[in-house]
Amino acid sequence: MNSEHIKLAARNVDLWFGAKHVLKQVNAAFPQNEVTALIGPSGCGKSTLLRSFNRMHDLVPDVRIEGKLLLEEQDLYDKKASVTQLRKRIGMVFQKPNPFPKSIYENITYGLKINGVPAGQHKEIVERSLKESFIWDEVKDDLDKPAMRLSGGQQQRLCIARTVALRPEVILMDEPCSALDPLSTLKIEELIIKLKEEYTIVIVTHNMQQAQRVADKTYFLYLGEVIENGPTASIFNDPKQQLTKNYVTGHFG
Amino acid sequence: MHIQARERIDGLVRSLIKATGLIVISILGGIFFMLLWNTVSFFIHVSPLDFITGTQWNPTGRHATYGILPLLVSTCLVTLGAMAIAIPLGIGTAAFMSEYAGKRLKNILKPAVEMLAAVPSVAIGFLGIVALGPGIARLTQLSNGLNALNGAILLSVMSLPTIITVAEDAINGVPATYKEASLGIGATKWQTLTRVTIPAAAPGIVAAIMLGVGRAIGETMTVLMATGNAASFPKGFFDSVRTITATIAIEMGEVPYQTTHYYSLFAIAGILFLLTLVVNMAGEYFVNKFRKFHSA
Amino acid sequence: MKKKLAPFIEWGTLLFCTGTVCFFLVVILWDIVSKGASSLSWGFVSTPPANGMTQGGILPAITGTVLLTLITALVATPFGISCAIYLNEYASDNWSARLVRAAIRNLAGVPSVIYGLFGLSLFVQAMHMGTSMVAAGCTLGLLSLPYIITTTEEALRRIPASTREAALAIGATQFESIRDVVLPAALPGILTGIVLTLSRAAGETAPILFTGVAFYINSPSGGLNQEFMALPYHLYMLSTQHQAIEQVRPLAYGTALVLLIVVFLLNLAAFYIRYKHSKK
Repeated sequence: MNSEHIKLAARNVDLWFGAKHVLKQVNAAFPQNEVTALIGPSGCGKSTLLRSFNRMHDLVPDVRIEGKLLLEEQDLYDKKASVTQLRKRIGMVFQKPNPFPKSIYENITYGLKINGVPAGQHKEIVERSLKESFIWDEVKDDLDKPAMRLSGGQQQRLCIARTVALRPEVILMDEPCSALDPLSTLKIEELIIKLKEEYTIVIVTHNMQQAQRVADKTYFLYLGEVIENGPTASIFNDPKQQLTKNYVTGHFG
Repeated sequence: MHIQARERIDGLVRSLIKATGLIVISILGGIFFMLLWNTVSFFIHVSPLDFITGTQWNPTGRHATYGILPLLVSTCLVTLGAMAIAIPLGIGTAAFMSEYAGKRLKNILKPAVEMLAAVPSVAIGFLGIVALGPGIARLTQLSNGLNALNGAILLSVMSLPTIITVAEDAINGVPATYKEASLGIGATKWQTLTRVTIPAAAPGIVAAIMLGVGRAIGETMTVLMATGNAASFPKGFFDSVRTITATIAIEMGEVPYQTTHYYSLFAIAGILFLLTLVVNMAGEYFVNKFRKFHSA
Repeated sequence: MKKKLAPFIEWGTLLFCTGTVCFFLVVILWDIVSKGASSLSWGFVSTPPANGMTQGGILPAITGTVLLTLITALVATPFGISCAIYLNEYASDNWSARLVRAAIRNLAGVPSVIYGLFGLSLFVQAMHMGTSMVAAGCTLGLLSLPYIITTTEEALRRIPASTREAALAIGATQFESIRDVVLPAALPGILTGIVLTLSRAAGETAPILFTGVAFYINSPSGGLNQEFMALPYHLYMLSTQHQAIEQVRPLAYGTALVLLIVVFLLNLAAFYIRYKHSKK
C-alpha cells in the first residue's frame, strides 16, 4: 500500500446533517491512476463522502464537517483554499446525466470559458474530450444540437467529456450508470477503465458486478462507517468482516 | 479572468443580492411606519375613541367630525354582500371544475377564470355604472342603482377568480384514495363530494374565502364608481354607501397636505391595513394547515 | 324516479354556478366589445382629446399607460428577480428568508389604494418627485414587486439542483452558475410572470390617483417629471366626473375597450411564452 502515491484522502472525517451523524470517523485513501469503488447499502454515506471531496455540501445549510480531506497535501476545507480552483482539479459526474440546457459544443466550452482557456484552443479541446469520452463519432456532425436531445447514455458521456475537458486530477462519479440501460452502462464502464490511465477515479456504485468489473480497490461502508477496504477481489471473494460478507453475497442491501 | 477576481465578484454579487432581500422588508416596514406616523399625527387632534365610535364622517363641515363607523360598516356591508354571492358560486364552480368537468371543458374554464381575473377593476366599475346600475334602478324603482347591492355584485365578480383558483387547488389536492374509499362503499358522487372531499379540503376552502374577503375589502375603483358614495350611515343594501377605500380615493385628491383631514385619511387606511392583514394572515394560516394535513 | 333525478339536480347546481361565472365574463366582454367597437377607429387611438373631452381620441392616455408600464417594469424587474434569487439560491430556508417571505405575502395583500398613499408620502413628498410619471411608476413598481418575486421564485424552483451542481462541479462560482445556467433556463417562466404582473399594473387606478395621473394635459408627451394621462383613469373620469356624461359615453366605451385590449394582449403574450416553452 505504501508504495502507491495517494492522490485523495480522508482522515477521521465526521459529517453531520443537522443533528444526524452521517459519516463517522471515516478514513480513506485513493491511489493515483486507480479506480476505487465505494459500495454499501442506501444511506450508508457513500455519496455523502464522495460529495464532500469537491465540497458539494457547501450550498446545503446545516452541514458540519470535522476531520481532514486532502488532495495531495492540500487541505480541501482550508479557509484560504479557493473552492472554485479546487472543483476544477476534482471533477464530478452525477447520478442523473445533467448536461446544461445548451448545445453540445457549448456544454464543453462553458467550463473552458469561465476557467479562462483561450478561445483558440476550444475547438481542439472539444474534439479531444469528446473522443476521450467515446462519443465523438456519434455527435461530431451535430455539435450545435441541444444536448438535451441526446439519449441518456450519450448525455452521461457528454457530462464525462465536459469534466475531462478541464483536465482534472481526480474524477468523482456518483452512481454514473444508475439511470442508464445495460448497453450504455457497458460503454461507460469501458470508458472508466480507459480514463484511469490519466485520472484518479472514485466511483460510488450500487451495482456489485460493476464494482468488480471496474474497480481496483473497494471500500465497504455501513451506517456511516468504513467497515472494510482492500483490493476489490479480496473484498468480494474473501471478506474479513461478517457484515461485508452478508452485503456482497446479497443478504441485505 | 483570474480566479481571484472571479471569486471577488461572486462575493460582491452575493452581498448585493442579499441586500435586496431587505428591500421587501423595508417596504412593508415603510408602509406600516407611514400609516402609524400619520395616524399618530391625527390622534393629536382627534381622540381615538371619537374616531372609533363616531357615527359621522364629515371632515369638511363647520364642525368637522371623524367617525369611522359609517365607513367601516359600509365596507363590511359590501364585502358581506359580495361574499354571499361569491362563496357559493366560487366553491360550486371549483367543485365542478375539479370533479365533474372533463379535460376539454377544463381547458376552456381555466383560461376563462384567468380572463375574468385580468379584467381591470375600473372596467368592472364602469359596467356597474352603465349596465348594472340602470338595471337595479329599473327593478327596484329607485332613482338610480348606485348602492351597496351594486357594489356587492361587482365585488363578487372581482373576488370570484381568487376564490375559484384557491378552492379548486384545495379540492384537487384531496388524495384520490379518500374519494375512492367513499365511492367504494357505495356513496354517490354527490355524497362523496359533500361529505368527504369538501370536508377534507375545508382548510383550503376557508383560505380561499379569506383571500377573497381580503380582495373585496381592499378593492377601490369598483366600489368608488358603483356605490354612490353617500357618507351617511347605511341602512341596507339599497342604500348608497361609501367604503374606506372609496373615501381615501375621493378625499385624498382634494385635501391640503398636513391637515387633520389629510392625517385622518391615513388613519382610516391604517384600519384598512390591519383588517386586510388579519384576513390575509388567517388565509395563510389555513393554507398551511391544509398543506400540513396532506403532507402528513 | 327520485333516485334517478337526484344526480341531475346535483350536477345542475354545480353547472349553474359555473355557468353564472361564465355568464359574468361573457356579459363584461360582450357589453364592452359591442358598444366600444363603434368608437374604435384609427383616429380614436391616434389623436388627443378635443372640445373639452367630448370629441377626439385617447392617444395621450395610451402613450401614458404604455410609458407608465415600462417604468413599472424597470423598477420592479431588477429588484424582483434579485430578491427571488436571494430566496431560492442563497437563503433557501433560514430565518431571514422566512421573514422576507412573510413580508412578501403580506405586501401582496395590501390594498392598492394604500400603495397610493405610500407612493404619495415617499416618492411625491419625501423624495420630492412631485406628482409625476416617475412617482406613479415607482408606486406601481412597489405594488408589482411581490408578484414578480413570487413568480420568479417559482420559475427558479423548477430548475433542478443537478443543473446548478453541474456548473459548480466544473469550477463555476455560484454567481456564474446562476448567471450562465440557472437564469437562462428559468427565463421563460420569469418572463411569463413579469408580463402577467405588468398586465395587472397597466389596469391599476388607485395607486396612481394621488401620485401623478391627470385627466387632461396639454403636451401629450410630457417629461417623466410631469403629470400624465392613463387609460384606466381616463375611463374613470369619463364615466363619473365629466359634465356631459351621457354625451361622452361612447368615448368611455371606446376607452374601456382599448384598456381591455391592452391588458388581454399582455396576457396573450404571457400565454404565448408559456406555450412556446412547454413545446420545447
